[in-house]
Amino acid sequence: MAIANCQLAIGQPTEAATWARENSIGESTKSAFGIWQSAILLMSELSELYQQVILDHNKKPRNFRRLESANHSAEGFNPLCGDHLTVYLNLEDDSVKEVSFEGSGCAISKAAASMMTQAVKGKTKQSAEALFTDFHRMVTGEDYAPDAAERLGNLKIFEGVREFPVRVKCATLPWHTMHAALNNEELVSTE
Amino acid sequence: MLAAKTTSMDEVNPVEPDTWDVERIRRDFPVLHQTVNGKPLVYLDNAASSQVPQVVIERGSMYLEQEHSNIHRGVHYLSQKATTAYEGARETVKRFINAREAKECVFVRGTTEGINLVMHGYGRKFIERDDEIIISAMEHHANIVPWQMLCEEKGARLRVIPMNDAGELLLDDYHGLFNERTKFVALSHISNALGTINPVKEMIEHAHKYGVPVLIDGAQSAPHIPLDVQDLDCDFFAFSGHKMFAPTGSGVIYGKASLFEKMNPFQGGGDMIRSVTFEKTTFADLPNKFEAGTPAIASQIGLGAAIDYLNEIGREQAARHEHELLRYATEQLAAIEGVRIIGTAKEKASVLSFVIDEIHPHDIGTILDQEGIAVRAGHHCAQPVMQRFNIPATARASFAFYNTKEEVDVLAATIRKVIEIFS
Repeated sequence: MAIANCQLAIGQPTEAATWARENSIGESTKSAFGIWQSAILLMSELSELYQQVILDHNKKPRNFRRLESANHSAEGFNPLCGDHLTVYLNLEDDSVKEVSFEGSGCAISKAAASMMTQAVKGKTKQSAEALFTDFHRMVTGEDYAPDAAERLGNLKIFEGVREFPVRVKCATLPWHTMHAALNNEELVSTE
Repeated sequence: MLAAKTTSMDEVNPVEPDTWDVERIRRDFPVLHQTVNGKPLVYLDNAASSQVPQVVIERGSMYLEQEHSNIHRGVHYLSQKATTAYEGARETVKRFINAREAKECVFVRGTTEGINLVMHGYGRKFIERDDEIIISAMEHHANIVPWQMLCEEKGARLRVIPMNDAGELLLDDYHGLFNERTKFVALSHISNALGTINPVKEMIEHAHKYGVPVLIDGAQSAPHIPLDVQDLDCDFFAFSGHKMFAPTGSGVIYGKASLFEKMNPFQGGGDMIRSVTFEKTTFADLPNKFEAGTPAIASQIGLGAAIDYLNEIGREQAARHEHELLRYATEQLAAIEGVRIIGTAKEKASVLSFVIDEIHPHDIGTILDQEGIAVRAGHHCAQPVMQRFNIPATARASFAFYNTKEEVDVLAATIRKVIEIFS
């Protein structure tokens, strides 16, 4: 069972402290003026990458916790930048009943993990995997099926990542890790 | 007194004003004159790899256009030309580090290969079960992993010198690590992640009291401070050409001849032999014993040219300018709320690692890149350093003598922008 290993790896005080700090930021205090200012500052591609939704998920990641009821989990690493997360799944009757994650990483990987958990919750294993394929094709700039846009929904905001090849792995790491958890692989590395 | 005298940046006359003609120097570096994402390139990733001046590019081109041939092999004209140029570069290196003899300067691909050469040639021959190897808490992976592999193979132990919160090695702890099982010390001269200049001369002297040889990882010091391997009395000294304005694939492992001679060869092959039969091979003398196969001839000749260039522009003045850039950048970045500088040793080279509250270094790196600024974001191949400071990564600006205060201003302004975006 992978979880025992994961506990060791993610139980480091450093990361716990980092995340505790990030989660206690409180409500978004960004003023309308601040948003306007940021919009001016951001160049077009940069603003595609760091959209407000992504910044928000970075600040307040959803389903960010260890899942006690998990019966599947996997750890993901990006040795290049040190991104590291664990994805927990509670899989019942072949569908994702609960999903959560823990770890540390850049804004793109955190937001991608946060939104991934929202997207796959309640899905069958098969449709979670299909969504991963759609997401992967989108961020790597491959053509994706016309109906994929609909399936991807708000995950479409990650489309801007394709303009930043070195950041693609940040966005896909949580998905690779989710895929590994679904398939009982304990460790995944994007390098 | 933390740093040995010969390695202190403050020795480079701190009171004299910075009169460096940086614009003239910048004209020597073609790569600097380009735009990135529509902005002038601000290249602050020199600790990872530095840029190459026109004279070095031309020297490499001239070799390829007029002198290329294999070295040490032919009686023909071109082979002799190539050999003369290659061995000339070795003489230049010898003077650069003040080695006793040119044969003590072995050409390798870079610092990593140099350290591995010593691990294989010395370590595998002389380190035994239960022996101890001392390294420091601020080593680059290149000066950790080879020794760890050796320890695993031999059943030896790795001992680590701890450091304080400023990123300075704790010398009392270092002294305390020595015992009769201590057989080797491997230390970085300047930390690539923190910029700390270690007092290696004093540390070497201490190791020698126990008869223990010391290897110095000089990847970060060779480009920035005057070197004298005889004064340091180090047993081995490794550095890379590509971090000191020469092409990749060039580098040097210096070793005292007495040690090199009793070591095993690193790789076997052509050029490193005296005679070969199917029964037995006898090895060539130094330095050829350690240079199997055809080396990176053009790159090593380029390293010689880069050293000539450094001597010509004046290494002390260059170091003084870099020191001033570090001082100015430290002041500018420290003034930004939310920025924390990692590595605040009293003796520092021009490396500035920093983190920003709540913002991952990779995001900092991407946004800086959009403004044309090249920094390194990550663990800098020094994960134990990151663990020591309880951070996953840092952003790192590292300066060379061709950088300007205006570039530091662009860096500081863009960091403020990053904070605004994430606010």
